[in-house]
This record gives sequence, structure tokens and C-alpha cells, in this order.
Amino acid sequence: MRRIWPPLALLAAAVGVWELVVRAAHVPDYLFPAPTAVASSLVDDAGLLGRATLVTVREMALGYLLAVAVAVAIAVVLHFSTALRRALLPILVLSQTVPTVLLAPILAILLGYGIEPKLIVVAVVCFFPIVVNAVDGLRSADPELVRMMRTLHGGRLAIFRRVELPGALPAIFSGARVAATYAAVGAVFGEWAGSSAGLGFVILQAQPALETARIFAAVLALSALALALYALVTLAERFVVPWQPEARNA
Amino acid sequence: MSPSIAEVNAAPLRGGGVSVVAEGVVRAFGEKRALDGLDVVVPAQGRVGIVGRSGAGKSTLLSLVAGLDEPDAGEISVGDATAAGDRLTRCALMPQRDCLLPWRSALANAALALENAGVPRREAHDRAAPLFARLGLAGAERLRPAKLSGGMRQRVAFLRTLLADKPVLLLDEPFGALDAITRSELQEWLGAALRAEPRTVLLVTHDVEEALLLCERVLVLADGRIAAELNVHVSRDAPRREVVTSPAFVELRERALEAIG
Repeated sequence: MRRIWPPLALLAAAVGVWELVVRAAHVPDYLFPAPTAVASSLVDDAGLLGRATLVTVREMALGYLLAVAVAVAIAVVLHFSTALRRALLPILVLSQTVPTVLLAPILAILLGYGIEPKLIVVAVVCFFPIVVNAVDGLRSADPELVRMMRTLHGGRLAIFRRVELPGALPAIFSGARVAATYAAVGAVFGEWAGSSAGLGFVILQAQPALETARIFAAVLALSALALALYALVTLAERFVVPWQPEARNA
Repeated sequence: MSPSIAEVNAAPLRGGGVSVVAEGVVRAFGEKRALDGLDVVVPAQGRVGIVGRSGAGKSTLLSLVAGLDEPDAGEISVGDATAAGDRLTRCALMPQRDCLLPWRSALANAALALENAGVPRREAHDRAAPLFARLGLAGAERLRPAKLSGGMRQRVAFLRTLLADKPVLLLDEPFGALDAITRSELQEWLGAALRAEPRTVLLVTHDVEEALLLCERVLVLADGRIAAELNVHVSRDAPRREVVTSPAFVELRERALEAIG
């Protein structure tokens, strides 16, 4: 827990300087709100932000779960088929060069304004680091363990279940942790392309009204959500991968 | 340790036996011939040790016998099996590193071969559990490998190999990574374990004393061939220190070391 203090102190100092500069220069709130203005927006708009947060949380969580499921499934298929790995992996890399911002409106046209296009945008943004790490993790099984399994009645499936998959879990989780930080951005992209609720929608509405403090408050909520998802994944890793000594995450 | 294991004298897991015969085995890696016309015979339930310097081709031989690899020339048979896949079903290999799975408890590691063979997990664990006490591992069942000492890990690895229920055990430097005291304890332990659970054993080691203590015959491997063959008829009932200082033992050791060169 001691590691949390240095970044917290730095953050507090930055917020302090921000408040001082905004006040000293008499910057109006609609241009650049002081931290205190953001804080009072958080309190005043609590109901609005709370409802929007619930919507966005749902999109993030479901989209993220979809990403994990699809990514692990793809990784397993790629692991078992060298031909597919050679054919599909470059395409997956290519898919990452398509800007998600442009993908969101297309999905909205295709799927309408419901939750589905948001889930897909979140999943598209999140799945790549998980696939790449999972494929690498599955392939990096210790060859000596595989030999040992073969002399102990271990067939291909037993080797996968008992050696390769558990051995790949730490790698899968490190991909999943990176992906967790993308989910909030994905949800906002999805909402910007067409929605009537959520934190992205709140930002979109606050902008023309020059409710800048509310935009900051919504961004703050989004950060908190991303952080919470990251923490949740880290916690899950501790339960699922209890044999892995920690102190390898940033 | 567990001197009681031989006295317990519980029913062996597997009776009968299978012999191992290698004739004119050649295995080359690029230009280098790791094995160059090697002949080895291990009678059913016999114990043969192979000693030699690092890189003498000892591990290569075990991979070949186990069916993990095919010779470039010559023939290997394990019982009536000559094809690699059939050899694989008859041999259990205990690798140099214990190769325990870090995510499994000691008990689940020991039961690995049973689970691989399709025995339901609960039943596999129930079958492995009684052997923990017999092999001096009582109380370690639930611990993960990271919590076990080197000596205990090696014993779990041996138990895992034993539970594969195969007639032939191939031991590759089983105690190479242990300190001298733990090693000599485990050598005694292994000797007792093999008396209680007789198998056809091919033991590979660079430790001449280990081979002479555990095996009936010791072959010296040098330059991919058998350079010397020693029949060990030394009484091993006396305490270890007396055995290893007896004139007969000392003479065998000198002959082996000389052949290693």
C-alpha cells in the first residue's frame, strides 16, 4: 500500500497548482474550471452523473467481458492451428490500424442506438492486447514440461489443459489489465456515435452549453471507472493465479 | 527421512517387468554424434546406471528409450515395443529438473499421470494420497511446489513418475540439483522405494557413487559408446558410510572414474 503515496502526493500537488493558477489568472469556469468548481459540479450533478455512470459501467463491463471471451477463444484457436495463426494474426494486427472513432458511427448505423454497438466498440478496443498476450503465453510453455507430460500419458488436450493454459494465465492477465484501461475510452466512443445516456453523452451535451466543469466531472468519473476495472482485474488475477509471486505489475 | 518404507513392504503397484534393449544406437546432432553405436541391456526389474561426463549423451539416451526421439541408426526395444509411440507408453521419465507444475498442489502433481490417463480427479487424488505417507511426504499433500524443499519436490516428482504405473523408470540425474546431504538422504530413500516398488530402472548420473549405490550394473559412457561395464556386487545393507569405504566399492569407483577419463 506504501506505493500508493508517491503518485497520490504528486497528483495532489498538481491539483493544488491548477487551483492556484486558475484563481490567480481569473480564468472563467466555462474556459477552464478550477478543481473546486469540478468538485462542486460533482456534488450538484450527482444524480445526473450517477445515472450516466450506471449506463456507462454496464457498457464497459459487458463489452469487456465480451472482449475477454472472444480474445481467449481466438487465441486458443490460433494456438491449435499454425495455418490459421499465420493467416489471421496479421489481419488482427491490421484491424488495429482502423481508427475505432470511425468504426463507432458505422456500427451505430448498422445496429442502432441500443447498447449493442457500444459493447462491440468496447470489445474491439479491448480484445487485441488480450489476444496477443494469450497467443504468446500459450506458445511459451516450457518444452521440458511438455516432454514430461508426454511420458505421463499426456495427450495433446491434457497438455493444453494442464500445462499450456495455466502457464499462459499470467500473460493473459497482463493483456487483460492493459485492456481494462481501454474500456472507458471505448464506451465513450460508442456513446458519441449515437446515444441518449451515459457519461459520453453527458460530455457531448455539456460541451455546447459550456458546462465545462461538468465535462471535467464526467471525465473524472470515467477515470475512476477505468481504475476500478483495472483493480478488479488485478484482484481476479490474485485469485485465479495464486501461485504467481506478485511484484511484476506496474 | 523414511527408513520405514522398505519395512512397510506394502503390495507393489505393478508386478512383472519389461526389459530394455538398445543395439547399435546412433544419434547425431549436426556433425556431432551424441551416441555412436551404443549397446545397453536392462533386464526386467533390473537397475542399470549410466555414468559419464556432461554432454556424454546420457540424456539423449533416455529421450531415445522413452520414445521422445528416434535413433538415426540401431534399434531400441522396451519389452516388445520398438516404435517410439509404443515405447512412450511403457516408459516414465523423471527429468533432471523436477518439472512440478507450480499451479498444482503436491498431491495434484503426484496424481498428474492418473488424471492424464482419464482417471477422474477425485479418484486420482485418492489413489495418490496413501503413497505420500509411504514415501515420507505426509503433510505435504496440499502444499504448492514453491512451498516444498528441494528434497521434497524431488520425492513428489518421483512419486508422480511411479504413479504413471509404467514398467520402466528412466531417471535423469534425479538428485543433481540437490545439496550433498539431501542428495545422500534421497539416494537411500530411492533405494528403499525401489525395493518396495520394483521396476526396470535406467538411471543416468554424473555421480559415480550414486550409480554404484543404486544399481546392479553400471556402464560408463564416453564418446557415445560404452567405455566400461561394472557389475556391482557389493553388499549395500550396511550403513552408507561403511559401504562407500569398503575396498570393493572403492575399487569399483576407481575403475569407473578411470573409464570416464
